[in-house]
Amino acid sequence: MSQTNYIGKALNRVDGPAKVAGTAKYAAEFNVPGLAYGYIVNSPIAKGKITRIDAAEVLALPGVHRVFSHENVPMLAILDRSYKDDVAPGGSPFRPLHDAEIKFSLQPVALVVADTIELARYAASILKIEYEAAPHETDIETKRTKGFEPGRGKTGFTPPPPPRGNPDRELKNAVHSIDQEYVHGTQHHNPMEMFGTTVEYLGEGKLNVYDKTQGALNSQQYIRKVFGLSKEEARVISKYTGGGFGSGLRPQHQLFMAVLAALELKQSVRVTMTRQQMFSFGHRPHTLQTVKLGTNADGTLAAVQHHALHETSQFEDYTENVVNWSGMLYQCANVKLGYQLAKLDVYTPQDMRAPGAATGSFALEVAMDEMAYAAGLDPLDFRIRNYADRDQNLDKPFSSKKLRECYHEGAAKFGWEKRNPAPRSMRQGNMLVGYGMAGGVWDASQQKAGAKVSLSADGMLTVQSATNDIGTGTYTIMTQVAAEYLGLPVEAVDFQLGDTEFPAAPVQGGSWTAASIGTAVKNACEALGEKLLKQAQKMKGSPLEDAKFEDVEFVNGQLRLRLDPGQAVVIRDIVQASGETKMEADATAAPNLLKQQGYSLHAHNAVFVEVQVDEDLGTIHVTRVVNAVAAGRIINPNTARSQVLGSVVWGISMALMEETVMDHQFGRYMNHNYAEYHIPVNADIHDIDVLFVEEEDDIVNPLGVKGIGEVGLLGVAAAITNAVYHATGRRVRELPIMLDKLL
Amino acid sequence: MNSFTYTRAEAVEAAVREKSASDQVKFIAGGTNLLDLMKENIERPTRLIDINHLPLTQIEASPEGGLRLGALATNADTAWHPEVEKRYPLLSQAILAGASPQLRNMATNGGNLFQRTRCYYFYDLATPCNKREPGSGCSAIGGYNRILGILGTSESCIATHPSDMCVALAALAATVRVTGQNGERVVKFEDFHRLPGDTPQFDNTLQPDEIVTAIDLPAEDFSRNFSYLKLRDRTSYAFALVSVAAALQLDGNTIREGRLALGGVAHKPWRDQEAENMLRGQPATEDTFRRVAAKVVENARGYSHNTFKIELAKRAIVRALKQATEGQPVTEAFQNSNP
Repeated sequence: MSQTNYIGKALNRVDGPAKVAGTAKYAAEFNVPGLAYGYIVNSPIAKGKITRIDAAEVLALPGVHRVFSHENVPMLAILDRSYKDDVAPGGSPFRPLHDAEIKFSLQPVALVVADTIELARYAASILKIEYEAAPHETDIETKRTKGFEPGRGKTGFTPPPPPRGNPDRELKNAVHSIDQEYVHGTQHHNPMEMFGTTVEYLGEGKLNVYDKTQGALNSQQYIRKVFGLSKEEARVISKYTGGGFGSGLRPQHQLFMAVLAALELKQSVRVTMTRQQMFSFGHRPHTLQTVKLGTNADGTLAAVQHHALHETSQFEDYTENVVNWSGMLYQCANVKLGYQLAKLDVYTPQDMRAPGAATGSFALEVAMDEMAYAAGLDPLDFRIRNYADRDQNLDKPFSSKKLRECYHEGAAKFGWEKRNPAPRSMRQGNMLVGYGMAGGVWDASQQKAGAKVSLSADGMLTVQSATNDIGTGTYTIMTQVAAEYLGLPVEAVDFQLGDTEFPAAPVQGGSWTAASIGTAVKNACEALGEKLLKQAQKMKGSPLEDAKFEDVEFVNGQLRLRLDPGQAVVIRDIVQASGETKMEADATAAPNLLKQQGYSLHAHNAVFVEVQVDEDLGTIHVTRVVNAVAAGRIINPNTARSQVLGSVVWGISMALMEETVMDHQFGRYMNHNYAEYHIPVNADIHDIDVLFVEEEDDIVNPLGVKGIGEVGLLGVAAAITNAVYHATGRRVRELPIMLDKLL
Repeated sequence: MNSFTYTRAEAVEAAVREKSASDQVKFIAGGTNLLDLMKENIERPTRLIDINHLPLTQIEASPEGGLRLGALATNADTAWHPEVEKRYPLLSQAILAGASPQLRNMATNGGNLFQRTRCYYFYDLATPCNKREPGSGCSAIGGYNRILGILGTSESCIATHPSDMCVALAALAATVRVTGQNGERVVKFEDFHRLPGDTPQFDNTLQPDEIVTAIDLPAEDFSRNFSYLKLRDRTSYAFALVSVAAALQLDGNTIREGRLALGGVAHKPWRDQEAENMLRGQPATEDTFRRVAAKVVENARGYSHNTFKIELAKRAIVRALKQATEGQPVTEAFQNSNP
């Protein structure tokens, strides 16, 4: 193997040293000269209107520049479409500071701009705003019979397929059946880095916008449309993002606020949110699900029915794919899926890691466990017995699917065979021990994306794309892809991202970045490779004179003949020979629809979990997890493993801790801070084992990757719920499972 | 956060004098709770007196043969002090069950006593709260009250005191030394904090001009059979749903003397001396512990989301007393497998 064979290598993060040393700058860390600071004021009521704003006292404070509210915001874009970002659902997007109407608690209603953040925050605290409250409704329980089926609206949303077979009759005739409701509350993303935007005012309406986002271009298009800016006037930069999980897919309020203030004051402005204000925007919606399953005498599924109802705002119809997975994860001829929304006086929900599937796989996979018990089958055997070799929703084969191997290898690694199936049958000291398993399926997507490569005469390759790295490892794996295809050492590759001046790329989400940007980088490298070959052939006495592109390879800094590697030219010398300082190429990549149209493209996983439960006190610890993932080819086992580890922690959090609690008296989230919105600490996390079952798949995309950021989360909460049942005999159907549910 | 003036006190007398000038004056030591409350505009002092330079950091033998903990000794220094570890391990364990290492490095013993409730409604200016704004009403009673009190609550307030350290201090029958303009006085720990009644704005019985200078631990030996059990929604960095400080002196299997205090259930660390009396002379058996536990929650009252705490408190008391008897104190219900 050559030294420049990088795909599949466990390379350490190339951005690691910058992050550890603190030289990696985040949006709110760009200390441009003359910076003013904005602080957002949020509504204390959930519905009604602002009747009066008295800013006199605030404006009298030395150092306060301006108080922005609906009363003084200049005329901005009029049409809804100007406020729609790439990821917006159907409806009418919320416009900050637009009018006196209050649509949700914590709604931003004013921005105070001052010389210092402390002054801005103090001034905001004494700003007098009077409200007239109107009756609000924030409780989804009141909407059980008032759900509606949403339109397509949002990119990536697929309404459930029509029923197949005869699901009602077959459920009724089933030998065994179950019918249960599964619930989880609202959850907020809470990435470590809070939302912040620094707008550098360059003069004459020209801005550099440092934004926390999962898509610099999405932020740019939003502010261009809302404020009527040209591309040149609104450069957005987002080099590092301290966690996204979907919260940064849509432009958040602080971006609007910071740009507004900078343009109006003709001054650089920074607006950051506090942790409490991180609860003022999107969230995973409170969801009620019903799953009905029936089995035949031989343990095959006779019928699958899955219905979901979740909240959305009064102004947008947020959608996610909750139930569709239940029509494709198992073989079943009789399936009925339903999906509805209910409007409440809350902000619009937003994609959160594995949106829809994390929710749906919780309900389906707990139901499958209940069904296995009802039918007297081992939960793993039951799943294998109903294994789907085809995607029955699409009626197509999978481009690749090694879920069966995930089941077998995961079970072997975990020691599933040691499980006594009877609930409350296993103990360790005072603790009840439970084993549970579950799994899931997630889209393997590719989006259109661009990349540009530039090779300098000293052999350094710069690669650029406007994508983002929300901590997933994009910097690292794109460096590997470029190094691989041009046969250069990784030290010679500088991958740059997060700048609207770079070739276009979609938001970082949907687990599509490796496939989308990876293919674009590959294409750009190959385009440059062809140029390099042509240039090499012009060199005097070139050993590659008659070679075609298929005949050559880029290895160890050389361009050489595949069949006669001794015939080689040093790549750096080719650039030097060109007489230019650098050679460049760019390319875009899009899914090969012709190749893909006959297939279903998906990644899968199987999760095995051990819990220990204190019988008297109800405390739960997830002591062991094995997560077996089949997601195509793994570019970097380190960064991929990190994604799955993070997913497991996320799943433990979802199962045992996370819930944003709404007090319906006030229509307000009450635990809106990091002390009371619980996520795990290190002491809550024990052994996590990640297995990759690699798949060879040249249909899904040229790199054969499926994306790894979300699939690892699927089934984790269900497997924990199932393990708790096995340990205690208590079937909990509402997350999070806090100790009071087991007393 | 409002504007405030800041001064530094060099002597206790001066600090007391300065403090008595206005009720908008606050002492600041570690600031681990006060600064948060100021940022949230819940506390709005016009003046902060920095007391970190007062000579109150010592941990030393008390004249009565016990240990005197200086008000400005940090929680970390106290928990890891060899004399505390040796003679009062219950206190070490309780301190280490709270907050995080970073917070414990800043937080002081005196300041720990002044932690304010973590009731969601107290923390959110958008909702009425009698503790924050007397007379405005209690939102928690009809709201989301899962984390709130079940013992000694009132129609005005069901807040809980969040400290772990104070639960151990209550069980150990500590005393608090305070200095005011009229000189020094000693307050029994159970009299330091108070129940809400119809004035929940007052967390404790300290006078406005008084300062805590030290906490005295009596000489009694509870170093062998003790346990601080803390039940919470995650393994660290979370306030107790219920915590129990239990300490026993045993003659064989007979209880000579027992101590019991609970956290997370009331407006103050909840020490029940009647229950303690029920331990005296009894065999250290689960049966005894169950009877005592039932006594502690006899008058408990659950609200819409926290009724589970009554049963949880009973079970936690039994477990903590059992652990104390066995000499195997485990703060968590689960021994972490990660070293």
